[in-house]
Amino acid sequence: SNPFEVKVNRQKFDILGRKTKNDVGLPGVSRSKAIKKRTQTLLKEYKEREKANVFKDKRFGEYNTKLSPEEKMIRRFTLERQQNYGKKNIYNLNEEEELTHYGQSLAEIEKLNDIVDSDSDTEERGALSAELTAAHFGGGGGLLRKKVSSGQQEEEEEKPKSRKELIEEMIAKSKQEKQERQSRRESALELTEKLDNDWKEIQTLLARKPPKSERKDKEVEKPKPDEYDMIVRELGFEMKAKPSERMKTEEELAKEEQARLQKLEADRLRRMRGIDEEASKKKPSHVSADDLADGFILDKDDRRLLSYKDGKLNIENEDQEENDDDEEEEESGAKEGDESEEESEEESGNENEEEDAADSHSDLESDLESEEEAAGNKEQNKHTTNEKESENVEKLDPEMEAAKSELPYTFTVPESYETFKSLLAGRTVEQQLIILERIQKCNHPSLAVGNKAKLEKLFGFLLEYVGELATLDLPELRTIDKLVLPLYNLCQMFPEAASDSMKFILREAAHDMAEVIEVKGHTTFPGLDTLIYLKITSLLFPTSDFWHPVVTPAFMYMSQLLTKCRITTLQDVIKGLFICCLFLEYISLSRRFVPELINFLLGVLHISLPKKQAQGYTVVHPFTPVGKNLELLLVCNKKDLESWQKQNLPLSIVTGLKETGQTEINHIRLSCLALCYDLIKKCAALYESLPSFHEIMHPVRVLLTQHVPVNEYPEKMQEWYHSALKELENKVKHYTPLICEKKKPVPLKQYTPKIVKVLEFGRTQGGSKKEQESKQLIRKHRRELKGAIREIRKDNQFLARMQLSEILERDAARKRKVKELLGSLATQEGEWKAMKRKKGKN
Amino acid sequence: QLPTGLYKKVLVIMHDSILPYMNEPTLMIDFLTVAYGIGGAISLLALNGLFILIHQHNLEYPDFYKKLYNLLDPSIYHVKYRARFFHLTDLFLSSSHLPAYLVAAFIKRLSQLALTAPPEALLMVIPFICNLFRRHPACRVLVHRPNGPEDMSEDPYIMEEEEPSESRALQSCLWEIQSLQNHYHPDVAKAAAVLNHSLSEMEDDISGLLELSGYELFDKEVKKKAIDVPLEFEQVRGLFGKKNDIFAEHFTLD
Repeated sequence: SNPFEVKVNRQKFDILGRKTKNDVGLPGVSRSKAIKKRTQTLLKEYKEREKANVFKDKRFGEYNTKLSPEEKMIRRFTLERQQNYGKKNIYNLNEEEELTHYGQSLAEIEKLNDIVDSDSDTEERGALSAELTAAHFGGGGGLLRKKVSSGQQEEEEEKPKSRKELIEEMIAKSKQEKQERQSRRESALELTEKLDNDWKEIQTLLARKPPKSERKDKEVEKPKPDEYDMIVRELGFEMKAKPSERMKTEEELAKEEQARLQKLEADRLRRMRGIDEEASKKKPSHVSADDLADGFILDKDDRRLLSYKDGKLNIENEDQEENDDDEEEEESGAKEGDESEEESEEESGNENEEEDAADSHSDLESDLESEEEAAGNKEQNKHTTNEKESENVEKLDPEMEAAKSELPYTFTVPESYETFKSLLAGRTVEQQLIILERIQKCNHPSLAVGNKAKLEKLFGFLLEYVGELATLDLPELRTIDKLVLPLYNLCQMFPEAASDSMKFILREAAHDMAEVIEVKGHTTFPGLDTLIYLKITSLLFPTSDFWHPVVTPAFMYMSQLLTKCRITTLQDVIKGLFICCLFLEYISLSRRFVPELINFLLGVLHISLPKKQAQGYTVVHPFTPVGKNLELLLVCNKKDLESWQKQNLPLSIVTGLKETGQTEINHIRLSCLALCYDLIKKCAALYESLPSFHEIMHPVRVLLTQHVPVNEYPEKMQEWYHSALKELENKVKHYTPLICEKKKPVPLKQYTPKIVKVLEFGRTQGGSKKEQESKQLIRKHRRELKGAIREIRKDNQFLARMQLSEILERDAARKRKVKELLGSLATQEGEWKAMKRKKGKN
Repeated sequence: QLPTGLYKKVLVIMHDSILPYMNEPTLMIDFLTVAYGIGGAISLLALNGLFILIHQHNLEYPDFYKKLYNLLDPSIYHVKYRARFFHLTDLFLSSSHLPAYLVAAFIKRLSQLALTAPPEALLMVIPFICNLFRRHPACRVLVHRPNGPEDMSEDPYIMEEEEPSESRALQSCLWEIQSLQNHYHPDVAKAAAVLNHSLSEMEDDISGLLELSGYELFDKEVKKKAIDVPLEFEQVRGLFGKKNDIFAEHFTLD
């Protein structure tokens, strides 16, 4: 364009690789564009600003985008015809309509066609083909063609074709030819394929059937290279020998296992400290983190060492996740272990004796641990028994074996608790375990889609079953003891479902208790099943976590039990002590402080004292300084005191205390007392690191030193007593003044430039994606705002200009009119004067 | 003079059903002072009526704070009237004109008693103590004593002392709250950890915490949604099969 209209924005520095949009501007062009646009829009509006009339476009379908233009035209045409029909045609009898094509009458086109035809050849010269030339000039092809063309010519001569017809004909021909060519090619392809297939069939026949002699004459030199080729090719395709993982030595495996456990332990510690890392740092680190970890892992170490002593690589047992995959292999491995199967059966009874198990065949012991494997083993066992009925089965009771062999191998997961119960009813513990294993195996979630939900349900059923077993008059605790294994395995498989069903049970229990309290004002301890559930919780979930979806509610529930439940009978005391044990077990790793525990133990000690005014300590709910439950644990009978032996409390007395003699009951009381002393000792050991240990234990110490009638105790009890007291007393009193953590100083605002590393030019640095986005939006908004303001300003200027020009125009018109008037008046005046003069003259 | 049950009933409705309808509420002074002197739950309940008399009827009560101080014993965290009692105590201690030694004594005693309290009470009393610290900055030495003696073999505070001014609370520190940072309930531990840092200016609103019950706490915990459930990694060997299981030592499965 005109170089005088171009404005160049000069760049101060040339930067390589930068694209500039606005280096050249055309102010004149853009201005004229803007003005034009404004005249079309703004000016129009301005001029019509006081007009109420609206122009309406009533053409049919003008703004209907759905109609295609052709359709639109047709409809319009019909409309027009309809409009005209009634008026005109009444008298118009003869007039034919003129047919049109693209607005031209057909008749005219026909006339014109001839004219066009005459000079068509000159037009079409550019696209000459053989046929065309043949058609027009007789062509230059062979005789045959000549004939045809001559024929055509004749035809042409006979019946002169229009140019259009000719061209159409030609197009049709070429198309046909093309099609033919294609079909030919396709058929050829098909044929070759067919040939190939046939050849293959024949080849196989040739390769197999004909003996060498026959083949020789045909393909003498072929077979040998063929074989060779085959080998070469095979070698080519064969897996290259790759360096695989070398077999790990036992030390390495041990190390790996240790690393895994260490990681798990570190994870547990992290969870124990809770989210607030700083808070945990501030805590008087009871034991330095390293210490605890070391000790713990050492323990684990021992266990693992035991398990691989026998030289097998069964350390893998402990990865439960892999178990399923390994099952097959290990089943085969278990064959060797078959001879010692019996021992495993025996050992299942006395599992606690780890040493024993380790010494003999610890692989079996660990087999028992990982239940799936046990299943493998047992099934192995089954197979052998079924097949051989041999000596492998020695120790097992023959009847039981018979019953066992009756067990089907596949089970479907029961849909309801009733079916589940009926499945297990009348079976021995071992059979129940086997059934559960088989259910799990047959319905492994990897086998079918719905299995996961089914097995998740199974966990709930199993829990319910355990609860039922515990509420029996004679609780089958041994069975529960075994059933814990499948529970653990199911829990490992489905943590969410397990935690949900556990939470459900806890919620029910707590809800019941809250209701009873609301109605009666007090409540009693729940049955053995709830206690067992709480115990199982500690087996399935890590109790040392700062917060855990199941364990924390369990804590709350137990705390409620210890503070809200009334203590009226010896069983209540035992239940309470059981919960105390649970508390201690829960906090054994995390060493958290449980006030209720100390309160309860103090209360238990209190009720073992003869009635008198408590001094120096106060007992809190549910114990009262004066009340019914006093002297519940007091034993006065000298004989009973002497004959007492520390015995483990059987859990079954929790559900129903058998009618036993006074001596028996007294012994139980003394055992409770001993247990209480032991718990106090353990508490003292756990809490010694708390800064206010002495304040916490103060009431207990006062009670122990000043009120307990030690001298009346039997010797054993005195031992318990003294060990507890020793644990309490030999702690140094040590107080360090508290100091708040320093507040992080808020930095002053400074004016020094902020120095940022620039990684990429032209792009804003730092900030998250969200921040950048918002920044970008703000920038965009600002730019748009500026543009809008500028536009509005320009609109106003434009309007002002228009108004000015209007005014000027109006003024000019008035001036002109005034001039005209004045002129006419002047001429009138002049005429009048002239007349006057004339008159005067005259 | 009255049986305990009746005493309690009368005192419970005293502040809103009896005193407002009396021509001369001051006539109740003797009754309430006697009740206040009885001790235990009755004293706690008498507090409410006394407060109205002091507040609206110009009752001069000598050694009021001393008696209130002596009302604090382990049972206050366990009794039914806990909410009412702490509401009133909060009112009494809200004055900023109280001497620091008195407030410190209250703080120290409350926190020492908190060592026996259930979690629902702890969740209430820890913010309560924090509020006292905010109102009486002079008491902050209890949690922040940078220039104190290195080691002490005894807690200077004397729990048994009845006179708050003699209890030497200002020379002590709140080791009890530090112990509670190890509480098994995560919320309690977090609340106790607040005192590690310097407190914010705003007071906590404890009116919602006064009526907290153990079951509510349980419900809150149970309803929390967990993203994933950590599992025990130690293999189970049976009900009492854990290492060093306490149960195996004292219980049998029979």
